[in-house]
Amino acid sequence: MIYGTGLLAACLLLGRLAGRCLGQTLGIAGDVGGVGIAMLLIVTATGWLRRVGRLPAATRDGIGFWSGIYIPIVVAMAASLDVRAAWSGGLLAAVTGIGVVLACLALVPLLTRLGPHDAAGT
Amino acid sequence: MALLLESIAAAEPLVVAFVAVAFVMALAEFASRYATGGRIHASALAVVIGLALAYLGGAATGGHKGIADVPGLAGIAVLGGASLRDLAIVATAFGVRMEELLRAGVAGLAALAVGITASFAIGAALASVFGYRDAVSMTTIGAGAATYIVGPVTGTALGAGSDVLAISVATGVVKSIACMVLTPVCARRIGLTSPRAAMVYGGLLGTTSGVAAGLAAVDAKLVPYGALTATFYTGLGCLAGPSLAYLVIRSLAG
Repeated sequence: MIYGTGLLAACLLLGRLAGRCLGQTLGIAGDVGGVGIAMLLIVTATGWLRRVGRLPAATRDGIGFWSGIYIPIVVAMAASLDVRAAWSGGLLAAVTGIGVVLACLALVPLLTRLGPHDAAGT
Repeated sequence: MALLLESIAAAEPLVVAFVAVAFVMALAEFASRYATGGRIHASALAVVIGLALAYLGGAATGGHKGIADVPGLAGIAVLGGASLRDLAIVATAFGVRMEELLRAGVAGLAALAVGITASFAIGAALASVFGYRDAVSMTTIGAGAATYIVGPVTGTALGAGSDVLAISVATGVVKSIACMVLTPVCARRIGLTSPRAAMVYGGLLGTTSGVAAGLAAVDAKLVPYGALTATFYTGLGCLAGPSLAYLVIRSLAG
């Protein structure tokens, strides 16, 4: 178990480091895409371990546990945000959320026609 | 007895948080099944309950950390803090295989690119209309219009305030619920009947829970196709949000 969690944590730390370095080169104080980079790292690392047959079930569970409780963690995060101060922005959230969904739904038929038709879903 | 409970809660904040959040999840699952007939996914309802609790906590204590300002519930801020949150989000990428993305084809990739760009653009534009004119807030709210995960990840990386983060998460939750509700209504009109259209749809909308619940209401056979592209959305959003999107928005917002 701890190998999986350790690997996950190492990927996050490396991603953060890369994000910070990228931020410094771009002149942004902060972590630029560190979480995204960490995601690429974990996909690559576990993909490689799987191919060489070094990814036993216990290691997988060490990563799977965190993946499984991510929604509860997001709920905990939502519960500790400053919602009261954001109350005036509630309308903005509603308008944006619904607007984005409508716009993206409208784009579905346009993009479905793109590309070779035998490429997917057969 | 009450005093005893209080001292235990104070000594074990994280343990209390696990119990409290598990209770919220159970409540959301119950409400999803019996109040909405399974139409609205439990995860989205749970985040709504979380935001509501944060409001109540803030109103009761006058603090800025939502429900975590209530004595005994401080552990919720630890459980939901940036550190554990990012660890869990990175873990969700586990199981994703790059080869799968290629199966989605050109249309799937284009849908991901267009979907993420449209979310940031619409979110940032509306944020500035509503008076959030600095690049950090505009990007954070635009990221929330991608998903309620991309929002806080981007906002924390850029150093946005907790109130802006809350708007960003709320935007993502509204998107997720709107997606669940509006998809079955529009499915026929937008031709959402083939696996191919489902992949495009998953890449455009990107909210995993919204896509899964929306497609399930249309045709359960389409769910894996939509989920296939949607799983890449949050990862790409977290990658692009604090970097490319922020730079573009900063140069436009001045």
